[in-house]
Amino acid sequence: MPADRTTKLVSMRFGNEAAKTITGYEAAGGYSSLRKALAMRPDDITAEVKASNLRGRGGAGFATGVKWGFVPKDAKQVHLVCNADESEPGTCKDRELIYWDPHLLIEGMIVSAHALRATHNYIYIRGEMMREYAVLKKAVDEAYQRGYLGKNILGTGLEIHLTVHRGAGAYICGEETALLNSLEGLRGQPRLKPPFPAVKGLFGNPTIVNNVETLMNVPFIVERGGAWFAELGMGRSGGTRMLCVSGHVEKPGVFELPIGITFRQLIDEVCGGVWKGRKVKAVIPGGVSMPPLDDSELDVPIEFDALQTDERIKPVMVTPTQQFDLGGGRALRTMAGSGGVVVLDDQCDIPKAVWRIMKFFAHESCGQCTPCREGTGWLEKVARRVAEGRGKPNDVDLLAQIAHGIAGNTICALGDAAAWPMLGFLTKYRAEFEAAVNRAKVVAA
Amino acid sequence: MSLEFSADAQQKIAALRERYAVSGSAKPVVMAALHLAQKEHGHLSDDALKLVARTLDLPYAHVYGVATFYTMYKREPSGATTIRMCTNISCMLRDGYAVLEAFEKALGVKKGESTKDGAFHLVEEECIAACANAPCAIAGTQYLLDIKPGQVPEIIEQLRKKPHPEGEVV
Ligand SMILES: Cc1cc2nc3c(=O)[nH]c(=O)nc-3n(C[C@H](O)[C@H](O)[C@H](O)COP(=O)(O)O)c2cc1C
Ligand code: SF4
Ligand code: FES
Repeated sequence: MPADRTTKLVSMRFGNEAAKTITGYEAAGGYSSLRKALAMRPDDITAEVKASNLRGRGGAGFATGVKWGFVPKDAKQVHLVCNADESEPGTCKDRELIYWDPHLLIEGMIVSAHALRATHNYIYIRGEMMREYAVLKKAVDEAYQRGYLGKNILGTGLEIHLTVHRGAGAYICGEETALLNSLEGLRGQPRLKPPFPAVKGLFGNPTIVNNVETLMNVPFIVERGGAWFAELGMGRSGGTRMLCVSGHVEKPGVFELPIGITFRQLIDEVCGGVWKGRKVKAVIPGGVSMPPLDDSELDVPIEFDALQTDERIKPVMVTPTQQFDLGGGRALRTMAGSGGVVVLDDQCDIPKAVWRIMKFFAHESCGQCTPCREGTGWLEKVARRVAEGRGKPNDVDLLAQIAHGIAGNTICALGDAAAWPMLGFLTKYRAEFEAAVNRAKVVAA
Repeated sequence: MSLEFSADAQQKIAALRERYAVSGSAKPVVMAALHLAQKEHGHLSDDALKLVARTLDLPYAHVYGVATFYTMYKREPSGATTIRMCTNISCMLRDGYAVLEAFEKALGVKKGESTKDGAFHLVEEECIAACANAPCAIAGTQYLLDIKPGQVPEIIEQLRKKPHPEGEVV
């Protein structure tokens, strides 16, 4: 049965203080999925995850079971790493998930580690999440005391360890290879891929990196089966989705919802509509890295494939006549990203909003590749002068050229993450940038 | 001056070395050791970096390289309670810059500075993963949500009574 708006999995214990302790979690049925998983063969768990159509909730929406299948069968040492670095602007679900249900994450990790035959596993938590770190650390200690973690878990002879690793401030550490470098005690700079982490990752061993929400869904899949989970969703995307709504709506919040809900339903029916009785100008669909949607594009479901391919969404352009593609002629429309939906109302100053987004990327570029290091700084500088009414006649085209020069030419996707929204906003709100530049000319005259 | 770790910190570091033993190196413990050094010695002076290098038997240059990459490691002394005010997109859309200004005014400092009495350090922060409660900030180890500029003086008063050094969490 497809999920409805009352279906709650990963958020079912939100607001339940008692369930944050191990006794409360067990009383609410916790760790029963782990007992079931321990009686299963590891490959059978992976098969259920494949059948579930679970897709990564960290940004790329990659099929989780397929990714797990990339680990070489003869690997001697495998690691599972949870990405809890949540820092994509607009995204605020992992922090809530950890705070309210730390044991669900731990259970998800133990089940997944068993499936992957991984003994030494890590949760990389963002340094600024001090409150959540304390909650998680306590929960991990409890799980060790109760025998869910350690050298011989629940008397099965299996060894599974889990260590919480605290970051120290750096958005780029959310990128999985930068995260691995940071875990290894190096500067958090991304690595060239391939090799992909599933083949050569942490300490040179095959490593699976998964998002918090992704891993929290695994116990439900083991408990009720992959087919059940797949049916909750739509198309090739199983389960429910945590959506974080911020910006100009009456009731912002973090909600677990059916994966097929549309932006229009989300804004009007879940979030009480646009604030102050206004209308939508733009919606950032999944964190600031993703190209925006305009008001005419909001009846599309917030589902991974739909957002990439639905023809109701206009393709992103480099110039008014040249379409941007991801290689192989695939047009970029947009992506579901990390679930961070940011609503911009009809009075919003788009060039200013875009400048703030570019400022973020310029600040967070790790500086390894020239197109990203120079390009993000340049985008910020030009976007700022346009937004402040000091734009030069050629600036709108210049912004597009710089962005086009970055996309696809860098070690990690941070470069793309800056270029795509720039090109997306220029495609859909070009007139506003031009008006800002013309305003500047008037001032100059 | 040669610095030392407390017995508690030494114990924590030893336990972590165990957890990362599969790596065959002490490097993965460097971030936690830096957090601990910052907690116990206030900021990461050259001597504090030397302490970490000596404890983990790693080159000073490596420890220095890590300490200077991450924004939460403080190389200079700063105010006891750090206020990290987010001005990224979701916070900006709901007047985050006005709240930042209110903090500057209430504290009498600009972003990036500490107050003269050593009580506060104000930082303009990128997204802190609380966007649905924008505008928001982290004060020490606490989240401040849905802040209105008018509430800022009261927030500062409260924090003055009960400071929250970040180092409490390691
Ligand atoms: C610049 C950048 C930042 C990222 N930040 C995060 C993050 O904060 N959290 C996250 O889970 N994934 C983040 N990702 C995606 C990860 O690289 C990775 O794809 C993800 O953690 C895989 O988990 P999943 O398959 O469960 O989604 C980021 C990617 C890039 C390029
Ligand atoms: S794209 Fe940017 S962030 Fe990524 S490796 Fe290159 S410089 Fe660093
Ligand atoms: S934008 Fe301010 S918390 Fe995310």
